[in-house]
Amino acid sequence: MKAPAFDYVKPRLLADVFPLLQTYGDEARLLAGGQTLLATLNMRLSEPSVLIDLSAIAELRGITLVGSMLRIGAMVTHSEIEVSALVAQHAPLLPLAAPHIAHRAIRNLGTLGGSIAYADPAAEWPTCLLALDGVVIAKSATGERRIRSDDFIVDLYTTALLPGEIIIACEFPAASAGHWCDFDELSRRHGDYAIVGLAGAGQRSENTLTDLRLVFLGLGATPLRASRAEAIIDGQPLTNGLIDQAVSALKAEFSAVGDLTSDAATKMHLSGVLLKRMLMKQMRLKSA
Amino acid sequence: MKPLPPATEHSRYIGQSVARPNALRLAEGRGTYVDDIELPRMVHVVYWRSPVAHARILKIDASFARMMPGVVTVVDGAEMAKICKPWVATLTHLAGMKSAPQYPLAIDRACWQGEPVVAIVANTRVEAEDALQYLVVEWEALPALIETETALDPDSPVIHGDLGDNLCFTRSLDTAGVDEAFANADAVAEVTFQFGRHTGVTLEPRCQISDYNPSDKRLTVHHSQQAPHMMQDLYSRQLGIPESHIRVICKDVGGSFGIKVHAYPDDFATVALSVMLERPVKFVADRLESFTSDIHARQHRVTGRIAANKTGEILAFEIDDLTGIGPYSMFPRTSAIEGNQVVNLVGGPYRHQQYRAKLNVVFQNKTPTCQYRGVGHPIACAVTEGLVDAVAQKLGMDPLAIRQQNVIRDDAYPMTATSGIKLEGLSHQQCLDKIALMMDYPALRAEQAELRKRGIYRGIGIAALIELTNPSAAFYGVGGARISAQDGATIRLEPTGAITVMVGVGEQGQGTEGIFAQIAADAVGVSMTSVRVVTGDTDVTPYGGGTWASRGAGIGGEAVLQAGLALQKNIVDVASVILKRHASELALVNDAIIEIATSHSLMPLAELGRIAYFRPDSLPAGFTAELMVTRHYAQRDYPFIFTNGVQASLVEVDVDTGFVKLLKHWVVEDCGRVINPMLVDEQMRGAVVQGIGGALFEECLYDDAGLLQNGNMADYLAPMAAEMPDIEVAHVETPTKTSQLGAKGAGEAGTAGAPAAIMNAINDALYPFNATVYSQPITPQKILRALGKV
Ligand SMILES: Cc1cc2nc3c(=O)[nH]c(=O)nc-3n(C[C@H](O)[C@H](O)[C@H](O)COP(=O)(O)OP(=O)(O)OC[C@H]3O[C@@H](n4cnc5c(N)ncnc54)[C@H](O)[C@@H]3O)c2cc1C
Repeated sequence: MKAPAFDYVKPRLLADVFPLLQTYGDEARLLAGGQTLLATLNMRLSEPSVLIDLSAIAELRGITLVGSMLRIGAMVTHSEIEVSALVAQHAPLLPLAAPHIAHRAIRNLGTLGGSIAYADPAAEWPTCLLALDGVVIAKSATGERRIRSDDFIVDLYTTALLPGEIIIACEFPAASAGHWCDFDELSRRHGDYAIVGLAGAGQRSENTLTDLRLVFLGLGATPLRASRAEAIIDGQPLTNGLIDQAVSALKAEFSAVGDLTSDAATKMHLSGVLLKRMLMKQMRLKSA
Repeated sequence: MKPLPPATEHSRYIGQSVARPNALRLAEGRGTYVDDIELPRMVHVVYWRSPVAHARILKIDASFARMMPGVVTVVDGAEMAKICKPWVATLTHLAGMKSAPQYPLAIDRACWQGEPVVAIVANTRVEAEDALQYLVVEWEALPALIETETALDPDSPVIHGDLGDNLCFTRSLDTAGVDEAFANADAVAEVTFQFGRHTGVTLEPRCQISDYNPSDKRLTVHHSQQAPHMMQDLYSRQLGIPESHIRVICKDVGGSFGIKVHAYPDDFATVALSVMLERPVKFVADRLESFTSDIHARQHRVTGRIAANKTGEILAFEIDDLTGIGPYSMFPRTSAIEGNQVVNLVGGPYRHQQYRAKLNVVFQNKTPTCQYRGVGHPIACAVTEGLVDAVAQKLGMDPLAIRQQNVIRDDAYPMTATSGIKLEGLSHQQCLDKIALMMDYPALRAEQAELRKRGIYRGIGIAALIELTNPSAAFYGVGGARISAQDGATIRLEPTGAITVMVGVGEQGQGTEGIFAQIAADAVGVSMTSVRVVTGDTDVTPYGGGTWASRGAGIGGEAVLQAGLALQKNIVDVASVILKRHASELALVNDAIIEIATSHSLMPLAELGRIAYFRPDSLPAGFTAELMVTRHYAQRDYPFIFTNGVQASLVEVDVDTGFVKLLKHWVVEDCGRVINPMLVDEQMRGAVVQGIGGALFEECLYDDAGLLQNGNMADYLAPMAAEMPDIEVAHVETPTKTSQLGAKGAGEAGTAGAPAAIMNAINDALYPFNATVYSQPITPQKILRALGKV
């Protein structure tokens, strides 16, 4: 299918975006990498009258260390994150997750901001944002605000962004000594949105994980923190028994939403396998 | 293995891995696909398709749509029916088969989600799509029949009341001693197999430009299609235009796999629109409508039984196949062929004496199914080979050994197999021996046992297969379908010594034109660089059937060979006259006339061409140089020329996640004379991948209301490179004696055998858990369920 006709503007300054949003309101759509948006236009699932292309705005690019936070501009692509030395050093979870996002050609165009704004429950970036306790920086004509990851995604494809607000960057607490993270997911074909995935982050000392955040993708309407499993593991030396308890707690905490070929029971089973494998790997590493 | 004697006296190209001449053009993006063609005054059509599985069309209000910018016309089924007749797709040799009349655009009632109902024509595709949003169609949902299992229940809705029930075709076959064989068997295994509906997913979608010129009343159709002459005939008959006024052109085709060998309702609608509008009309299916309007295939449930005795001898097979084909049998090949093939093919490689089969082909409110790469073979092979493994397990026998014991002996041909099919000459024993060596079977088994102890579950699956190729008229012609089983080739010597080869069989991206060039070069005695091949134009090529049923090399290739040899003879006759030598002393080799005795070159072919075409005055009176020759070929000795082969798969199953990793795939294939090993190997690999798609990934998933839930490239899982194993291919060559070339088909066998090999490998891996999965596609969830984990 062909997209219905729309107007197209490509501002060079961030400040020029807000008046456009004000003028067009609901009729405008921000265009980042286009890897989600253009498909919805071509399928006529969405018919905005104007696209505001963010790709020429330098203020939305760049990866920098700001104090104890790693700041990644909204228009930084998945590929740029994948290969950045700064990211590898300060937010090593992100390059672990990046290769699982689609295929290289899509990663070359798709952006951090676009992925976070779209808030697909099976997407890697929103999951990592939550696992790392990151912050979304939103800006509007009236000012800037910082939204904590726990508060950002509110429902299926729904975020805390207000009309007129755009994401300008995300910030991730820079990894300190003892930082632990891991990522794994199960998808039937490489590059597909996964059936389930797990991002884990925290602090590690010997065989014990603390400040633990375990976030699952693909289970529900949003990325889900497995708080009960976190509570069991946090601060306790890892043992087979503890891990089994955590897996049981996980299964008790959620009832997944099934997809076309994996029902809720399968998803919960696979989540348990991912959790167990991630923690067992950690235990083996420590005992080795 | 000793090499075959050459197909021609001076063979330079046949049997060699020469690069195909058209590859560069396609790789550089210089192909001419239908959508690349822009004609003056051309307009674009989009179809409003039924959004539901079964509906009565109450009212079509096009008044707003007509007001939209660029709209040229809006046409409904009733108006369309005034110039295009309906069809009923049955074949008389499938006794008792029935189907309902089908129209280019549905009238009153739509019978599947995706059936075209209204055509909107506009200056551009975008404008047509814009107008589509303003078309108001009032409809009322009718009870839909979705499940094949209930199609024949008395209280199920009957889709076409006039037919009385939902049974399209039924067939039984019984060798009479089946019950006795099962009663006396030492081991019996029974399995119910499920095969998911899937579709072909051609890279280039179906597309067409229909161009009717009222001045000379000629219709030209540019079509991404496999059978141009068949379409010419169908357009002629359905629209009442003389065949001689219709030209169908199929230039580059971006994949077809059988999807593009059928006559779709929108094909006729697009042609009818151009007749109505007296201008060119382009239709290009988009990906979303391809999923609901391209044919689907392979929705089968087969219950099978096998009987064997203690020594491992297979005694009998029995199957009961139920298949759902959508609301209409597809035109003109019909939708009963796939099930019919399953009946013919089950047990095909083996020596059992007893066989019983029952087939029910039923209607349902889903996209019509029809022939797609492999047609019935993947099902028959998976059923047969799944049963063989199941009974081997009961007997405690090795899967390779039971096959080696039971396959038809290589020296037993020609023979008639238990299902009644006639087999000219196959090589199961050689193929099994060869694959065992290739994969180092004993070492793999040892490794498997070792890894099992460490909790790593690998499986080895083997599948022997037969495949129907080079069909005679027994396939369609005898049943009344005007589908040509014969094909022709014309070869012309150009004045420069080059040759132009025109063939009825076309190119779909698989390299057919490349092998025709090889054959023609060898047959005539010229270099391949001097050969130009033209296919896919009913105004130009000899009449022929086109590309299907793995017939291109075997039928089209033989026609090229015979035409080439005849032209060579005519050229030598001209040389004999010019050189005043006896023809028997001369030959045409490497673009020159040589003296046989000394191999001395006497005259370059270009010089002969110059004299023949520009100085005929110098030739003796009464002599005419005949430098354009046509030959036809039809295979008439057997209904089909069967090929055979064996495939093996090595997989690793993660028993915690149900994920399957494909580690390796082996193929030994006997397609008779291999004309181009590189192309045959790539056909095998591509077809194996398509088979793997069906085995592990692809399925058209419907909800309870009959709506396709995954009709897009994100949710319909086509197999991708990252998951594919290395595929090693080897050959055994048993040429067919029905032609001089000796080639059989090679395009479909990979798809036929791969699903069985993969399924057997997975079940072999699951053996320690006493778990089996017989439902394709084999998803992680199905494996976890078999293991009792979910
Ligand atoms: C075949 C395929 C496979 C894919 N697989 C995966 C996968 O496995 N995992 C995964 O995570 N993603 C996957 N994606 C999606 C891909 O990662 C997208 O790039 C991403 O989701 C959206 O980013 P984008 O930059 O392309 O955004 P766009 O498509 O341009 O925009 C997406 C939405 O976000 C809004 N938006 C964009 N930028 C901003 C901003 N700065 N502030 C506010 N709103 C904004 C847009 O208006 C739009 O509504 C896949 C995509 C494709 C085509």
